[in-house]
This record gives sequence, C-alpha cells and structure tokens, in this order.
Amino acid sequence: MKLIINGEVKNYQEGLTVQQLLEKLNLSPERVVVELNRTILSQDVQTHTELKSEDTIELVQFVGGG
Amino acid sequence: MLIYLNENPLEIKTGFRLDELRQQYKANADLMLVNGHPVNSDHELNDGDHVILIQRGEQPSAEDLEVLMMARHTPGVHQQIKHARVGIAGAGGLGSQVAIALARVGIGQLDIADFDVVEPSNLNRQQYFIDQIGMPKVSALRDNLQRINPITKINIYNQKVTTENIGDFFSEVDILVEAFDAADQKALLTNCFLGNFPDKFLVAASGVAGYETSNSIRTTQITDHFYLCGDGVTAAEPGCGLMAPRVGIVAHHQANAVLRLLLNKSPE
Repeated sequence: MKLIINGEVKNYQEGLTVQQLLEKLNLSPERVVVELNRTILSQDVQTHTELKSEDTIELVQFVGGG
Repeated sequence: MLIYLNENPLEIKTGFRLDELRQQYKANADLMLVNGHPVNSDHELNDGDHVILIQRGEQPSAEDLEVLMMARHTPGVHQQIKHARVGIAGAGGLGSQVAIALARVGIGQLDIADFDVVEPSNLNRQQYFIDQIGMPKVSALRDNLQRINPITKINIYNQKVTTENIGDFFSEVDILVEAFDAADQKALLTNCFLGNFPDKFLVAASGVAGYETSNSIRTTQITDHFYLCGDGVTAAEPGCGLMAPRVGIVAHHQANAVLRLLLNKSPE
C-alpha cells in the first residue's frame, strides 16, 4: 500500500500498524509525534492503529536539549 | 490634522513641525521617534504620524512607560499583541529566553510552568543570576521579567507539567511554547497539547545543542498548528553540550514564531 510520510510517497505491506512503521523507521515511540490524516495520535493509540493505503502521516522525532 | 503624541491623539494645524511640537510639549526631549524610527532633523509632520518624545535618563511615569517602551516597535504591532496570552512549558535555556523576548515585546500575559530550581550549571545559557541560585526558576524568572516589563502579567506554576495537569496551566493560552530539555518530555507535551487543544498553536524546539553553524537552525511548519524550531538533529549528549548562543538562537526563533502567529503571519 501507498503511504505519504512527511510529504514523500512510500510503499509498505498491508496491515502495518503505526507502531510497526516506527520500528521499521528506527524511531523511538516515546520521542516521536505522529499525525495521521491531520489527527495527532497518542502513544497508546499508535500501537493498535492500522494504516490504510493513501494515509498521510507526519512524523517528528525530538532530540534532547533546551 | 490628527497625529499621536506618545500614543495620545492630538489635533495640530497643517504645516506644524516636529521641533515646534517638541518645544510646546516636551522641550527637554532629546530623543524623538516618528513612526517607530529615531529622527534627528526637524520636518513637517504628516496626518496620522505617531510621535514619541523621550528625555534620556528620565524615569517615565507609570502611564507613559508602556508607550515609551514600545516606541521602537514596528507601528501597530503592540496593539495587536498586548492582550495575547502565551504559555511557556519549561523555564530553562529555551523558556527563560523566550519569556524575556516576549515580555520585552509586550505580550499581555505569560503563563510559565517549571518544577526546577536555579543551579550553577544553568547559568551558561539560562537567564538567571548568581544571587538567584536555589530559587525556583519560575519565581526567579518572574522577578526578572517584572524588572524588564512590569505591564506584562506573569502567572507561574512551580510544578512539573504532566498529561493530567497540562489543562490546568495552559487551557486558556493562545499559543504554547514547548521549552523542555528531555526528548521524551518534549514529545509527551506536544502529543498531549495538540491532542487536547487541536485549535491552539504549539511552537516546539528540537536540535539546539553544540556550536554547529547557526544557519542550520530553522523554523518549520510540521502540521496546521505545530511549528518546530531548531536544526532537528543535534542532541544534547555526552560530548555535545548546551550553550547560550545556539540555545538562544532557537529560543528567539520560537519567540518570533509566536509573534508572527499573533500577527496572523506564517512563522515558516
């Protein structure tokens, strides 16, 4: 299926959850902000949210310092 | 015709000159600003001009202070932001500097939350003083802000911000500034605030450490209501510290993003 991640089109297998996508991208869930189709997903929702073709996802991983 | 002298409307005759105005209203003034810019030479005034007359070294009255402090603003800006309310989560290297910039520019109210106290290793980048070591950061910051601009209202919360209490501190703000240190806390705050208040703006920071070039620091729109300042990659970690210049640049990106949002301009 086709996902639009941070503006770029990528192909992944059907049935992928947000949590699995983060694992594939080597992103750490507790440091990431995920917006799926313009809605922010909390961490507990990410684990079981299944992605669908044409979903639009914005991902930001924070780094420490301030 | 109508001009504004220290922001008070004043009817003057056509052809009236700046120096005549000074002689008549504040003969001792040695600094004259017209429409936000200092003017050295006499000239005819125009309809709608905003004129500020200042005597250097003189302590202004409480009524005049606000007008005189904002005399170098771009005209019209202060009127648009003086009733705004901005939250700042964290009063460290980012938060203390964002707060000072926003107080100087004359934001109406700042709501600031932090649980920590001032300690010596903060002073390489945070806006505190030696004699404030041991004080709660929010109390020290409020003192400093009130010395800079007593008109900006300051609300402080000397507590850790959690997913449970975030609404108690920031449900009334127009914009929240994320100014935490730890990456997981930054993400938690962002998720929680944008999830609970989808119509409010969040201006966060990521990638502020070290002494890499300043030119890698950017303000980026991530989603409709979420802006991120920093280089996005340079983490504070063993061997890469946090120092005033680069943390300050990011803090001022955040402050300018807030200002632009309040003026209905895109921060990006």
